[in-house]
Amino acid sequence: MRRIAVVALVLLALPAAAMAEGMPQLDFKNPLTISQVVWLAIIFAILYQMLAHWALPQVAAVLEARAVAIGRDLDAAHQAKAESDAAVANLTAATQQAQAAAQAEIASAVAAAKEIAATQSVALHARLDAQLAEAEQRIDAARVAAMGALRQVATETATVMVTRLTGRAAAAGTVEAAVDDALAARSPG
Amino acid sequence: MAAEGHAIDALGQFQLHTVGSFIGASVNFTQANLMMVLSAGVILALLHYGARPRAVVPGRLQALAELSYNFIHDMCTDQVGEEGRKFFPLVFTLFFFILIGNLIGVWPYAFTFTSHIATTFALALLVMVITTVVALRLHGWKFFSYFVPSGVPKLLLPLLVPIEILSYLSRLVSLSVRLFANMMAGHVMLEVFGAFIVMLGAAGMLFWAPAVVSLAVDVALIGFEFLVAVLQAYVFAVLTCIYLHDAVHLH
Repeated sequence: MRRIAVVALVLLALPAAAMAEGMPQLDFKNPLTISQVVWLAIIFAILYQMLAHWALPQVAAVLEARAVAIGRDLDAAHQAKAESDAAVANLTAATQQAQAAAQAEIASAVAAAKEIAATQSVALHARLDAQLAEAEQRIDAARVAAMGALRQVATETATVMVTRLTGRAAAAGTVEAAVDDALAARSPG
Repeated sequence: MAAEGHAIDALGQFQLHTVGSFIGASVNFTQANLMMVLSAGVILALLHYGARPRAVVPGRLQALAELSYNFIHDMCTDQVGEEGRKFFPLVFTLFFFILIGNLIGVWPYAFTFTSHIATTFALALLVMVITTVVALRLHGWKFFSYFVPSGVPKLLLPLLVPIEILSYLSRLVSLSVRLFANMMAGHVMLEVFGAFIVMLGAAGMLFWAPAVVSLAVDVALIGFEFLVAVLQAYVFAVLTCIYLHDAVHLH
């Protein structure tokens, strides 16, 4: 029981004791309390100067170097990309140009072939027309000739038949007129 | 046994003494100043040896140096704006001086120089003087319009202007006391619970369970101290940036 009382006493006495003793931090009679601040000023000033002019610029230089390296690499990448883009554009343009040229070539060849075919067909038509006309003329001539020969044969035949049937010769003009009538009636168109 | 109540010397750890034999004693060079030199050395070494490989793809130390640099640089430009670049070395020095000081202070047998109100007050005063000088340089007499809130009835100004001036000056107190009190409180707690481990262990109650609990609390407090060490340094730096922003932009 005595021990518990001691512990309780210790726990209770602590804050009171702390206050009673007084904090060394507020002991301004001690010259060290102020002298540490004087040294603080000296040390802080030196630290500030060394950091500002010696240590921090080193880190800044490293960061700067990295930024420069990254920027340079990025620039190189951008340039490479621009170059490849240009190459692709060139290729596309060349392909398009070649396609256009080929198309034009094909079109002109087709046009030329069509023109030749057209002239040939015109010539052929002309020749055929001429041949047709010639043939028609020949047919006409042959028909006329045939018609002429037919008239003569018919007249002669009719004269002979009249002579045989009637026993006398028919008048030449009458037979010819009858043949002409008959021919005129049968001739087409 | 009651004498043990005075055996817990939670504040003795903040007692200053000179270091460096008679030379240190002759110039009143304290252990706090030794820790300041150590912190400065750690910061400079980190940046110098971190930046030395100059690798495009950084190693661990270089990444740490670059992260430190970019962290404060971004803080300055984000909080203050483009003008913040000018104050970057100052904010960097403040943040890392306090941060490394706090972190070294958690180390056994080390001393936390930020646990002294005189030191933190001096740092806060530096910030206040710089922000005020910057504001006066940039804005001249217009700086005093900072204490006149816009859009309030003229009748209230006699009341509001003193309040504004008071709140401006109270930055000095809040900046210094916040850091000092946080660091001191943590170390007092560590010391108190450390003493509990020994005293309750010696008392031998309940199979030393109270001592084990005290040890567990101390372990948790160490982690908490690391958090506070980083947080307070960050708060100090951010508030410095905010005050610089006010000085540069006047609201």
